Amino acid sequence: MLSTSDLTTIASQVRRDIIRMVHGVASGHPGGSLGATDYLVALYFAIMRPDPNKFTMDGTDEDIFFLSNGHISPAWYSVLARYGYFKLAELGTFRMLDSRLQGHPSVLDETPGVRMASGSLGQGLSVALGAAISKKLNGDSHTVYCLLGDGELQEGQNWEALMYGAAKGVDNIIAAIDYNQKQIDGPLDEVLSLGDLKAKFESFGWEVLEMNGNDMAEILNQMTAAKQQLNKGKPVIIIMHTKMGFGVDFMYDNHAWHGVPPNDEEAERALSQLTETMGDY
Amino acid sequence: MNKFTNLGSKDTRSGFGEALVELGREDENIVALCADLTGSLKMNDFAREFPERFFEVGIAEANMIGLAAGMTIGGKIPFTGTFANFSTARVYDQIRQSVAYSQKNVKICASHAGVTLGEDGATHQSLEDIGMMKMLPYMTVINPCDFNQTRAATLAVAKHVGPVYLRFGRPKVPNFTPTDQEFVIGKSLMLEEGRDVTIFATGHLVWKALEACKILAEDGIQAEVINIHTIKPLDDEAVLASVKKTGCVVSAEEHMRNGGLGDSIAQLLVRHHPVPMEMVAVDDKFGESGKPEELLAKYGLDTPDIVDAVRQVISRKGN
Repeated sequence: MLSTSDLTTIASQVRRDIIRMVHGVASGHPGGSLGATDYLVALYFAIMRPDPNKFTMDGTDEDIFFLSNGHISPAWYSVLARYGYFKLAELGTFRMLDSRLQGHPSVLDETPGVRMASGSLGQGLSVALGAAISKKLNGDSHTVYCLLGDGELQEGQNWEALMYGAAKGVDNIIAAIDYNQKQIDGPLDEVLSLGDLKAKFESFGWEVLEMNGNDMAEILNQMTAAKQQLNKGKPVIIIMHTKMGFGVDFMYDNHAWHGVPPNDEEAERALSQLTETMGDY
Repeated sequence: MNKFTNLGSKDTRSGFGEALVELGREDENIVALCADLTGSLKMNDFAREFPERFFEVGIAEANMIGLAAGMTIGGKIPFTGTFANFSTARVYDQIRQSVAYSQKNVKICASHAGVTLGEDGATHQSLEDIGMMKMLPYMTVINPCDFNQTRAATLAVAKHVGPVYLRFGRPKVPNFTPTDQEFVIGKSLMLEEGRDVTIFATGHLVWKALEACKILAEDGIQAEVINIHTIKPLDDEAVLASVKKTGCVVSAEEHMRNGGLGDSIAQLLVRHHPVPMEMVAVDDKFGESGKPEELLAKYGLDTPDIVDAVRQVISRKGN
């Protein structure tokens, strides 16, 4: 079992990978990727712990994860590679011609760890619920995880899915919202406020937890608490408070870094703030 | 010319419903989802017999497509059911990303396609669905012509691995194809052999094409009638072989001309064997309320329209 400090060490390397990937091709989404890094590291290295050498599309008898906000692919790809799904060197092909690591996740080239394309927002929660139902039908007691961006909650399909999950008691899923309160055009409250998100989820019938998504110890605690709410007739959702650009001072909590890569000088500054703990790819 | 007789009119959607129950008995991985149109889609029997594998999703088609895509993970074979418009236009991006691009084994089953939905009018009459679905890579597009063929097609798509759009309709129409026919996806069916013109028809208009064939025969015109139940992948070989023999073509479908069967055939012919061609299809219009037969006549999709198109295209043939 990895300690909180082990996980934080991994997260630092993942953040370096993110900066190097988007800088390398001068495109991609660093802001949300940096903010969601701690959750993804904790999920793979401490919570789900799937066998990276036995990836199957069906994910039978293991916990499975769906990324709905596909634009934070740099964070996911780095975690998948660091966890052992594919070679680290492949991270250097991100967004390049003929790469499996598409700008937004794709299954066409059978990227290990990826079960569903995402990028066009608002679709992941429905898919995750479907996979959770499939697990129930198969008598598979494992859990389905799904990460959604907060901005994408503006898409109506999410609310269809939230209604469905509660109404039908899909209680083997733990969704998480990357609640950094920023989107491309600005602060979420200025673009289109989600209102009282906790009250909304509760009124839709979900078991709601909150956590600081940039605090590894709290992530582990709350994810454990979330698991204790499984199989009680209600789906579980975690409002995860994060900061866009976490770990890099000039990107911190700034929506301008949603989908803009750092230039050479900015990349150097960012990397100087992130310790190389596991060796760069 | 009495090769085909109506065995008793039935709706194509009932062929779907009957086959779905059979599939449910054969394979426990078959699951069905419906967006508040269980009766209309004839999914009641499946819902009754397999309640644990039937998912009523309410009026939320986007979520239905996502759920279905997710259910394939774990090996389920989901059949989604709603009207053609809500099966396609309403959820195009969900199908594009979560089903087609993600190569998920989802069967999108669409009833009430075309104008023969009737009185509900244009909001519910899908005339663009074939075009939208055939544009998606990896998508198979099937439009069977009668009850028996819809039943056979439903059984066949369950065995096919990959996304499928299966289109059928509401009204009772002549049931004339064999009861226990083999349905081969992508393989067209020669119904009448002829030498003067080829009529390629799909869906409800296959019967109309056979009627037109009889009328034309009285004038000594020998029309070849081919049932194109699979619009994608198109049976290129059979289309070209027939056209090389007859030298002119009429397509017939209950769909917009843009994006339909005629469009697919024209693309093939213009590259490999250009010949005069006419298209019996809707000419860039929305439908309206009315009885199915009235609408087919008004929108130029009836037997006389096929006859006229044949005469027109034959007159354009070179000597």
